[in-house]
Amino acid sequence: MAEIVPLKELAAQVRSGMRVAVPADYCGVAMAATAAIIAQRPENLHLVCVPITGMQGDMLIGEGLVGVLETSAVTLGEAGGAPRFLDGVRAGAFRLMDATCPAVHSGLIAAQKGVPFLPIRGIVGSDLLKTRTDWQIIANPFAENDPIVVVPAIHPDIALFHAPEADRFGNVRIGRRRELATMAYASKATLVTVERISETSLLHDEDSAAGVLPALYIDRIAVAPRGAWPIGLWSEYPADTAEIARYAAMARTPEGFAAYMDGFTRRLAEAA
Amino acid sequence: MSAPRRTAQDYSQRELLIATIADLLDGIRHVAVGASSPIPAAGAMLLRARNELHGREPVRISILGSQAHNFFTNGGVEVFDCAAQGRIDAFFLGGGQIDGQANINLVGTGDYPHTDVRWPGCFGSAFLYFLVPRVILFREEHSPRVLVDKVDYISAPGTSEGVARSGGPYALLTGMALFSFDPAHKRFALRSVHRGATMAEVRANTGFDYDTPAEPPHTPAPDAETLAILRGRVTQELAETYPQFAEILRSAQAAA
Repeated sequence: MAEIVPLKELAAQVRSGMRVAVPADYCGVAMAATAAIIAQRPENLHLVCVPITGMQGDMLIGEGLVGVLETSAVTLGEAGGAPRFLDGVRAGAFRLMDATCPAVHSGLIAAQKGVPFLPIRGIVGSDLLKTRTDWQIIANPFAENDPIVVVPAIHPDIALFHAPEADRFGNVRIGRRRELATMAYASKATLVTVERISETSLLHDEDSAAGVLPALYIDRIAVAPRGAWPIGLWSEYPADTAEIARYAAMARTPEGFAAYMDGFTRRLAEAA
Repeated sequence: MSAPRRTAQDYSQRELLIATIADLLDGIRHVAVGASSPIPAAGAMLLRARNELHGREPVRISILGSQAHNFFTNGGVEVFDCAAQGRIDAFFLGGGQIDGQANINLVGTGDYPHTDVRWPGCFGSAFLYFLVPRVILFREEHSPRVLVDKVDYISAPGTSEGVARSGGPYALLTGMALFSFDPAHKRFALRSVHRGATMAEVRANTGFDYDTPAEPPHTPAPDAETLAILRGRVTQELAETYPQFAEILRSAQAAA
């Protein structure tokens, strides 16, 4: 059950070789936790991006901690391409599992339901199928002449995200970011950083309970004020676009990236 | 249309694209727009405002990643479920490369996976291209490196055989011209050329072969009413989700 711990202890749960699911920038990205994870240097992570990633994935790649990258896209949004990702692709620095957004969701939903795979429309004829040999085309058993793609269940070891608040019982408010629940259902352990911890239960009334991921699915919670910075957090604060642009410019070279990362933890603390 | 179309004297290239997108969307009820697509979003907002003004069918717009223009409550998967249910009539896709059979490449050039040039990735294209009836391919850059004979990587195919498919390419809009797509013949046809460009320039800058009428018309200029809505209400609405783009539109209007 959910335990409230210091950030460092939460980060220590992420160990070498683990499959880690992280959300897209609009869902609450645990950036302070990412810095804490980087400090502990787990290697050969299999990053499952739900369904895409940005600065967080790019940083983990730049630090050389990603062995497998499963994603539908990597982008810094208005700041442009993700430089460490682009460099890593050219260098073959990790195994690339290109995906398409709904297939990532389907894989997690299959795990949520405890079934081995889920069928999904589209995809046939896309070159994705040439390298995603784990995706297959089967005949619809209920109709004639209806080939359909099936994707296997995705079982992450860890789901990691940042949310506005948890209560002291370990329930976490996720609002309408339902993929965070799907990630937690599918994963062996869920790690959440939050802006604050409330004394009253988020399950105390129906209105608030509807947007809550119950403690049942959560293993560790750590308080990290402005813990998504420089990425924004829904209903809390916008992205720091100047900072992301600064990262985009500096991370173009390995040296620039190292220089950026050098002060990152300190600036995270200042932003908080 | 209640009022006769009057051609305004002055409009920008961006305004032409936005007005053309609104025309291409005519008749739809629900359009989804990607997070970083201000021109398609503006086109959708223009159609919505115009329909409201003329008492026509209301238009629903879902801008992915926006808080104000996003009514979904079931997380990131809902837009895809919604498309699979047939509840999304139109969507926009771009691509680093688009070929003559409307295959699109959002991944990169060269030998996959160690592509020479790498783009962000497929996003939802390999799914939505199959399920949204009116997919508008939109790419401002009209050049032989974008409009190629054959894409290096097929993120999503333009046509399919023997596979369930209810959607696909409807038109291709660039900064130079508008094409329609014929899925039966897997070919684009030039529909109109924007002001300032010629048929020969379009041909020279297109890397694939396409059909062309003897004398393709100019893309219709936005009329005065359209420009008024665009410069007023639409620019205001855009500012919520695309503050930088709205600012660019405003300063261009001030300079005009």
